[in-house]
Amino acid sequence: MIVADKNKIVKLANNLADDEQTSGRSLWADARRRFLHNKAAIASLFVLILIILFSFIGPYFAVWTYEQIDWNTMGSAATLGMPSIETGHYFGTDDLGRDIYSRVIQGTQISLMVGVVGATIAVVVGTIYGATSGYVGGRTDQIMMRIVDILMAIPFMFVLILLLVVFGRSIVMLFVGIGLLSWLDMSRIVRGQTLNLKNKEFIEAARATGVNDFRIIMRHIVPNLLGIVAVYATLLVPGIIVAESFISFLGLGVQEPKTSWGALISEGAGTINYDTEWQLLFPLAFFIVTLFCIYFIGDGLRDALDPKER
Amino acid sequence: MLNYIIKRIGIAIPTLLILIAITFYLMHAAPGGPFTSEKPLPAQVLANIEAKYGLDQPIWRQMTNYIWGILTEFDFGPSYKYHSRTVNEIIGQGFPITLKYGFWSFIVAIGVGISLGAIAAIRKNTWVDYLAVGVSIGAQVLPNFVMAPLLIIVFTLWLGWLPGGGWHGGDWQYLVMPVIALSTSYMASIARITRSSMLEVLNANYIRTARAKGLPTKTIFFRHVFKPSLLPVISYLGPAFVGLITGSVLIDIFFSTGGMGYFFVNAAFNRDYAVMMGITILVGALTILFSLIVDLLYAWIDPKIRY
Repeated sequence: MIVADKNKIVKLANNLADDEQTSGRSLWADARRRFLHNKAAIASLFVLILIILFSFIGPYFAVWTYEQIDWNTMGSAATLGMPSIETGHYFGTDDLGRDIYSRVIQGTQISLMVGVVGATIAVVVGTIYGATSGYVGGRTDQIMMRIVDILMAIPFMFVLILLLVVFGRSIVMLFVGIGLLSWLDMSRIVRGQTLNLKNKEFIEAARATGVNDFRIIMRHIVPNLLGIVAVYATLLVPGIIVAESFISFLGLGVQEPKTSWGALISEGAGTINYDTEWQLLFPLAFFIVTLFCIYFIGDGLRDALDPKER
Repeated sequence: MLNYIIKRIGIAIPTLLILIAITFYLMHAAPGGPFTSEKPLPAQVLANIEAKYGLDQPIWRQMTNYIWGILTEFDFGPSYKYHSRTVNEIIGQGFPITLKYGFWSFIVAIGVGISLGAIAAIRKNTWVDYLAVGVSIGAQVLPNFVMAPLLIIVFTLWLGWLPGGGWHGGDWQYLVMPVIALSTSYMASIARITRSSMLEVLNANYIRTARAKGLPTKTIFFRHVFKPSLLPVISYLGPAFVGLITGSVLIDIFFSTGGMGYFFVNAAFNRDYAVMMGITILVGALTILFSLIVDLLYAWIDPKIRY
C-alpha cells in the first residue's frame, strides 16, 4: 500500500467535494466565453451597436431631413456645402443641397436592413431546404442538390438586374431577389451538417419513439444546426450589403429620394472632380467600418461555435 | 475520368437550357412589350414590327426559334433598341474589351494572391505575415465599386499619373486602374485561402518527414508543399471568375472602358431585353464552361479523387 501524506488526501477529498458543485458548461456557455475573450470581435460588436444606434437616434439631432433641399447651398456645394455645425449640415451637402448627414443615416438604415432581411430569407430557406435534403436522403437528396448545383452556376448579379428591370425597381424586389439567390451556400452547409447529425443516437431514439420526420427536423435537427447557421448568416450579411450597394451603385437599386450606401458612394464618386470629398468619404467610412465589424464578429463567432475548431 | 467528364457535361447542358428558359420567361413576363412607348403606335405598325421580330408567334415557338438560332448560328437576334444592330454585333464590340482586362485581372488576382499567401505562410508570425494578412483583410472590405473611386482620387486627381477612364485600344495606362480595381478583393481572398491551406500542409507529417530526410527547403516547398496547398485555391477560382465577370459591369461604367457591362447596363435602362438576354446567356455559358474546367482541373490535380 502506498503511504500518502494525510493532508494531501484530505485536500484531494475536499477538492472532489467542491468539484461536485461546479456545473458542466453547455455548448453555448462555452461559445460565449470564447467569444468574449476575442477582443477584436467584442470591439467590433461594440462599434456595430454604436452604428446601429446612430442610425436610429441620429435623426433626432438632424436639422434637415434626407429629402429636404437647402436652397442656399444648392448648386454650390463645393463652397457653401462644407461640413459644419452652424448650417446644420454636419457632414456637408450634396450638389442638390441635400444634407449628407441625414442621407447617410437613411442609407445606413436601408443597407443594414437589406443585409439583415436578405440574410434572414437566406437562412430560413437554406436551413429548411438543406435540412430536408440531408435528412430525407436518397434520390430526393440527389435531385435537390442537383437543383442547387444548377442554380449556383447561374450568374446571380445578371439575373438579379434582369429581375429588377422586368418587375420594376423596388425594395421588396431587391429583398426577394437577393434573399432567394443567396440561400444556396447555406443549404449546402446545412445539408452537410445534417448528414452528420442524422445518424446520432438521439435522432434514432426520437425515431424509435415514433416522432414523425417533420418534427424530428424542426425539433431535433434544426436546433443543433443553429451554431453553424449563425456563423454563416453573419458572414452572409456583408456579402448581401455589398451586392445591394453594387446594384445601387449602378443606379438600379433603391430609388430616389431614398438612398443606400451604394447610391451615396456612387454619387460621391461621380462628383470627386468638384472638390466635395465629404460626399464620398462619409458614406464610404460608414460602409467600410461596418463591413470590417461584421467580418470580425463573424470570425469571432466561427472561432467560438464551429465544431471543427474545438 | 471520361465518365466524370460526361457526367459533368450532362449537368452543364440542362443548366444552360434552364438559364435560357428563365431569362426568356422573365423577358416575356415584363409588363409592356419592348415597343410600347409614350406615344402609342398605330395598331398596324405595331403588328408589322412584332411580325418582323417574331413576337406574334406563340411563346414556345419564339423560345425554340431563339434557342435554335443560338445553337446553329450563334445568333442572339436583333437588338430591340438599336434597330440596325444585332445583339451579336454589340457583344462582338464589347466582349474583347472585357476579355482583355478580365484576363489581366484574373492573372493579377491569382499571381499576387498566391505569392502573398505563400510568403505569409512561410514567414508565419513575422511582420511580413502580419502585413500580408492586414492587406488581405483590408482588401476584403474594398469591393470594386469602392476601389474604383479611391484609385481615381489617388492616381488621377492627386498624382495625375494615370488617365481617369477610356480605353484607347487597351493601352497599359488605361488598363492599370481597371485591373487593380477589379482584382483587389479576389486577390485578397486567394491570399487568405493560400495562407491557411499552406499552413495546414506545412504542419503535415510528410513535410516533417521530408525535413528529417534532409531535403533542401526549396525542394520541399516546390515538390511537396506547393501543389497540395493549391487545391482550395482552385476550387475558389469558379466563384472568383463569376465575381470578376460581374465586377466588369461596374468597371465598364466607372472607367468608361466600353466593355460588355456598359451595354448590359444601358440595355437595362432602355429595357432592351434582347441585349440583356444575350449577354446573360453568354455570361452564364462562360461561367458553366469555366466551372467545368475548374472541376476537371481539380480532379486531375487531387490524387484523392477517383471516378
